[in-house]
Amino acid sequence: MAQYRDEGVVIRTIRLGEADRIVTMVSPEHGKIRAVAKGVRKTKSRIGARLEPLSHVSLLCWQGRELDVVTQVELIDAFRPVREDLHRLGAAMTMLEIVEQFSLEHHPMPELFTMLVRALETLERTAAPMLLGAFCWKVLALEGFAPVVDSCARCGEDGELVAFDAADGGFLCRRCRRGQAVSPGAVELVRRVLGGGLAGVLGEPAGPAAQEMEHLATSAVELHLDRRLRTTRHHLAEPSASSAPGGQGA
Amino acid sequence: MIVEVKEKTVLCSACFNVTVSPLCPICADPRRDATQLCVVEDPRDIVAVERTREFRGRYHVLGGALSPIEGVGPEQLRVRELLARIEADEVAEVILCTNPNLEGDATAMYLARLLRPLGVKVTRIASGLPVGGDLEYADELTLGRALEGRREVDA
Repeated sequence: MAQYRDEGVVIRTIRLGEADRIVTMVSPEHGKIRAVAKGVRKTKSRIGARLEPLSHVSLLCWQGRELDVVTQVELIDAFRPVREDLHRLGAAMTMLEIVEQFSLEHHPMPELFTMLVRALETLERTAAPMLLGAFCWKVLALEGFAPVVDSCARCGEDGELVAFDAADGGFLCRRCRRGQAVSPGAVELVRRVLGGGLAGVLGEPAGPAAQEMEHLATSAVELHLDRRLRTTRHHLAEPSASSAPGGQGA
Repeated sequence: MIVEVKEKTVLCSACFNVTVSPLCPICADPRRDATQLCVVEDPRDIVAVERTREFRGRYHVLGGALSPIEGVGPEQLRVRELLARIEADEVAEVILCTNPNLEGDATAMYLARLLRPLGVKVTRIASGLPVGGDLEYADELTLGRALEGRREVDA
């Protein structure tokens, strides 16, 4: 068995036996890592707190046949401000889910990992409303699914783009339109995110175009992954009226 | 024996604890303080809190914690039942006693936001160091929370 060192961001943990957990992480050098962390559910465990989802850690692991074993963990960043704000936490969980889906075991993914850590660091500093949407577009571009935003994805014409169809590979003009109708504001946001204007977009306030941009982004990710994202189904930030009897308290 | 356990145990109709009668012994006990409600994730957590002998109120078992990544939302937990109980039982304080991990903390934040408009006092259990432990062996997150939740010493 070989020992290795890497960084990781914890995606999820599941209970194993009496006091252990199986931790799923993404890492730059080893892609997705699934490893057993022994004894971490006991209150006296020092590494248990460090292996919570969202934590950015430095790891020492033993390579195993199916599951690795975590032997040392040092915390790089726990992203506390993100954990303590339901809205930011929801966005972060969606980012984790997307990165997990795009990662494979034993396949290095340094760019995707850096992108995730940078996005989480941004979320730690500010509750940028457009971060999740922008992150989705950037991930799609990195994976080779960048949408066509400068001209119609079907006929190549330069005119106004009025619709988006992920299967067609981008935005469509009035003549070729199908899929989802989009506003000029949302098209412009996607163009800026992918065209080097990310910092500017992240500094802007929320609005209908931002929401639309995020919705387009998550549905494009879902199409490319060929599965629904679980984390977008529950909006933790707004206690839903459906869980309150007669809508009280919501 | 195991079959008997399966046949006889039911969930308490008020708090959803595991019991053999329609109401669990805690909910049926008139000496328990009905104005304090301790919200836990799992019936096993009731056993843990009961061992402290510090709490004389009643419980509510959520049946889990929010976990968006596993697809567990508020609809999968007994949140609706909690709200109904708070309305009906004249609860004055809700103690959020979920696990001190990402899911438990998110659940506590969610419930606090949901309950505050009802005019009920909402508290969260403290987080800190295990009694009998050594400070130098504490992890930075737990110790950080313990420092944050420090209190004045009455001398």
